[in-house]
Amino acid sequence: MTVVERREVALVDLLDRLLAGGVVITGDITLRIADVDLVRIDLNALISSVNQQVPSPFEELL
Amino acid sequence: MTTGLRYVYAVCRPFGTPLQAELRGVGGAPPALLHHHGLVAVVSTVPEADFCEEALKAHLEDLDWLAATARAHQGVVDALTTVTTPLPLRLATVFRDDSAVRMMIEAREEDFGRLLDRLHGRVEWGVKVYLEPEPEPAEPEPAATARPASGRDYLRRRRQQSHAQEEKWQQAERFARSLHERLAERAENFRMHPPQNSALSKVPGRNVLNAAYLVPRAHSEEFVELVDRTKDEAPGIRVELTGPWAAYSFSGEESGAEPSVESGEGR
Repeated sequence: MTVVERREVALVDLLDRLLAGGVVITGDITLRIADVDLVRIDLNALISSVNQQVPSPFEELL
Repeated sequence: MTTGLRYVYAVCRPFGTPLQAELRGVGGAPPALLHHHGLVAVVSTVPEADFCEEALKAHLEDLDWLAATARAHQGVVDALTTVTTPLPLRLATVFRDDSAVRMMIEAREEDFGRLLDRLHGRVEWGVKVYLEPEPEPAEPEPAATARPASGRDYLRRRRQQSHAQEEKWQQAERFARSLHERLAERAENFRMHPPQNSALSKVPGRNVLNAAYLVPRAHSEEFVELVDRTKDEAPGIRVELTGPWAAYSFSGEESGAEPSVESGEGR
């Protein structure tokens, strides 16, 4: 086995970058979602939705 | 009547190669290139019903929607990285129409130029370090599974276990720090992401390092080999490499010449 494996990109890795990275553009008056701290709010929401289906064995990490 | 909004994936310098004809973006629409002021915004049309502020807030809590949108966004940015060095925008950056996109380009022209210069020919590599889960609970003594003789025995045993766990955790942190130092030396910049929650990542072990490194394409092979060589260094520790990514983690707001690197653990 090697460290480098070609797999489908994991969603969490994607979200690390797409919700916390990338250029943030504010300035469009109609849609200012950049004002919302998406990462914290939505990852927490996601984690709780995931937890409802699969209880986490690592509760203490949350 | 259905109205469309403009979803912007990335901003690039003009590039000669056309996008693959079969490339599809968010919601299945083909991305188009919008040239303005010597820059190119890569855009596609998305339904207003899905991307107005209210709908978007609701959608972002829907894991399936978020996953599909994130993958479509990444698909376009990935395609761009094969022909140029794109400056990726944050997920769900949406404008009313092309003229709003043009105005945004004009307003941010200098930022874009500076970032595109800095990122030109660079890619991002993700490196994560995990403390592998124990195959069996750490029970050094063979008799340990027997009922503790007394409350005091029980407490002592619990203390030993948590001590052993703490020791492993510290080992993993030491390894992660030393690996990070070596990688940061080969990278032009790095960024610490918060460790991933295993409930969300669904991978075994405890994530102790979740870092991104900005590396010139030309030095990527060397960087990957360096990560690869570490795999047998520490038992009980797993290293995962992802990439190459467009430089998402290095496209953030950074006023001044020096990118901020103070986030996450110290060097």
